[in-house]
Amino acid sequence: MKHIISMLMENESGALSRVSGLFSARGYNIHALTVAPTEDDSISRLTLVTSGTAAQIEQIVKHLNRLIDVIKVLDLTEGAHIERELMLIKLSATGQMRDEYKRLADIFRGDIVDVTATTYTVQMVGESKKLDAFISAIDPVLILETVRSGTVGVLRGEKCLHV
Amino acid sequence: MEMTGAQILVHYLQDEGVEHIWGYPGGAVLPIYDALDTDGDELNHILVRHEQAAVHAADGYARSTGKPGVVLVTSGPGATNAVTGIATAYMDSIPMVCITGQVPTALIGLDAFQEIDTVGITRPIVKHNFLVKDVNELADTLKKAFYLATTGRPGPVVVDIPKDIQTAKSSYVYTQEVDMRSYMPVTKGHSGQIKKAVEMMLSAKRPILYSGGGTVLSDASAELTKLTHKLGFPIVQTLMGLGAFPASDKQALGMLGMHGTYEANLSMHNSDLIIAIGARFDDRVTGNLEKFCPDAKIIHVDIDPASISKNVIVDIPIVGPVKQVLTEMNAILDKTELKSDEAALADWWTQIEEWRATKCLRYDTTGSKIKPQAAVEAVWEVTNGDAYVSSDVGQHQMYAAQYYPFDKPRRWINSGGLGTMGFGLPAAMGVQMAFPDAVSICVTGEGSIQMNIQELSTCLQYGLPVKIICLNNGFLGMVRQWQEFFYERRYSMSYMDSLPDFVKLAESYGHVGVRIDDPKTMKEQLAEVFSDKNKDRLVFVDIMTDQQENVYPMIPAGAGLNEMILV
Repeated sequence: MKHIISMLMENESGALSRVSGLFSARGYNIHALTVAPTEDDSISRLTLVTSGTAAQIEQIVKHLNRLIDVIKVLDLTEGAHIERELMLIKLSATGQMRDEYKRLADIFRGDIVDVTATTYTVQMVGESKKLDAFISAIDPVLILETVRSGTVGVLRGEKCLHV
Repeated sequence: MEMTGAQILVHYLQDEGVEHIWGYPGGAVLPIYDALDTDGDELNHILVRHEQAAVHAADGYARSTGKPGVVLVTSGPGATNAVTGIATAYMDSIPMVCITGQVPTALIGLDAFQEIDTVGITRPIVKHNFLVKDVNELADTLKKAFYLATTGRPGPVVVDIPKDIQTAKSSYVYTQEVDMRSYMPVTKGHSGQIKKAVEMMLSAKRPILYSGGGTVLSDASAELTKLTHKLGFPIVQTLMGLGAFPASDKQALGMLGMHGTYEANLSMHNSDLIIAIGARFDDRVTGNLEKFCPDAKIIHVDIDPASISKNVIVDIPIVGPVKQVLTEMNAILDKTELKSDEAALADWWTQIEEWRATKCLRYDTTGSKIKPQAAVEAVWEVTNGDAYVSSDVGQHQMYAAQYYPFDKPRRWINSGGLGTMGFGLPAAMGVQMAFPDAVSICVTGEGSIQMNIQELSTCLQYGLPVKIICLNNGFLGMVRQWQEFFYERRYSMSYMDSLPDFVKLAESYGHVGVRIDDPKTMKEQLAEVFSDKNKDRLVFVDIMTDQQENVYPMIPAGAGLNEMILV
């Protein structure tokens, strides 16, 4: 099953490679990974999407906690949470497809953020599944480029992941 | 006080109470070696002959004393040579701080002479590592390094110091306090879990204690012994845990696992409750996990939550220091009115004694060739079982574990996790440095000893009277054994041809060499080796042993604990 694991870690050089190195060394999957500093410059927030059995996920969380630079780890998938991913997708858009893509982007609540005579670039935010759905609604031959940010997420309600 | 980075390092190590530092100089650590000369009066630096040996020696010191071992090597090849040693310490959770020199900050990333990404290379084999980028942070970083290495689940920490940081100046004050928001090792096990565990222990019918290296690391030998005696349960120990509970005690069933005793493995397999203490259910212990202990509930005490339910799902996890958890268990047992099931326990012991009566460690003592088991037993006798025994890796390691029973912790020094050949001699040097008057033995083979034999020179320089017991069968014995069993006796590359004359070799290094090739004179010759005559001399004992001998019992890979090959 897919899990979104979110963590706070020291904003030190090399911290990211400790996390990615752990996954490759122990043979765990990373589907997506995204990291950036928080409001406190000394702390980074890293979110990754992985999959595995309950026992594997438990081991992943334990091993992440064991990394010295990691301050706190949370499996967002365990509780109610919000997840979002940003996608920029460049499409070959000519003829009647220009109108078609405009309508499709509206249905998915995406924005066309760049236009040329032959292309549209659509920006879209949502759960990863929604972005997947948009992609599958388009003829793959007409997709020129897909850039996805990887998933970020927070817990719903007043609960927070903080130091 | 204003000092250079190099001086700060030397003063810091002295203020931290470091006695010995093992190392090898080179371009990127010259300022540190200069500071050792000018400011390092209280530090004893030992010049090894290869960086790998520096790390193993510091490791041997750490294992035998419980204090962190300290290493100093240069950048590039100095650091890469140290890697095997660091990985060895990591796999066995040994406290260690390894200082590596690095090219000047301005040259990092430019493929400079003797530049290597030390922090990157060592990342998967350290508890943590640091690249020091500012001399003002050096002292605090060193404090963190020692704190991390010695607390929680111990392990090696690497501190990489660029040459310009070594010469830059800063004020130095010894850092007393350390505060890391991202690292808070557990200091106490959960009381509710401990109570539940004790209740489960007292209601068990076929219980067994299973203790490992964590008990030794936690210095919990006395607490374990007390608990075992109170409960009256049988106890098995891992390769890493030998000595934490006295081997001569009748409750001790010996080592378990691939080359464990029949009684240890069958008792584990047939138990209804396993109390795992500072042990990690390693594959060499469990055999085939699907066949592992089908009827047993499991209590697991470990400082590292990631060790719990990693290989085997446990029923009662207790995360905490072994010493503290066992102390609390003993206190509960002192007060409780619950009693263990005496009748069931008596039946259990009757069954265990039947298994023990198999005498699985017996071997043929009638032949004309020296049996390696007999050699180890003879060493045990002439040293009254009270020596520090470091070993290399292979058949001789298993023979030492089986035939040199340890009654005290920190006496058995071996590379259990990584299985590093070449570990034994430098480790024995580290032990000898820690305990100059004790008997420090290196049990080795003609294969392993050649992986760090250059340290004979270091031993001469520092007057380290290590006794090397080389079980020389002219084969990489454990490889040969597996080839005999599993590869239809095709002895591919396991024969050690063109061996040196070890007696002459030892003599050329300025030591004493002795060859033993007759079982009849072996004990007498060994007694002389360990006599006062050689108290201050390194003696290399080359014992010609039976080439065909194998290590028994043995659990083949993929088999369960109850599927052992006896002789």
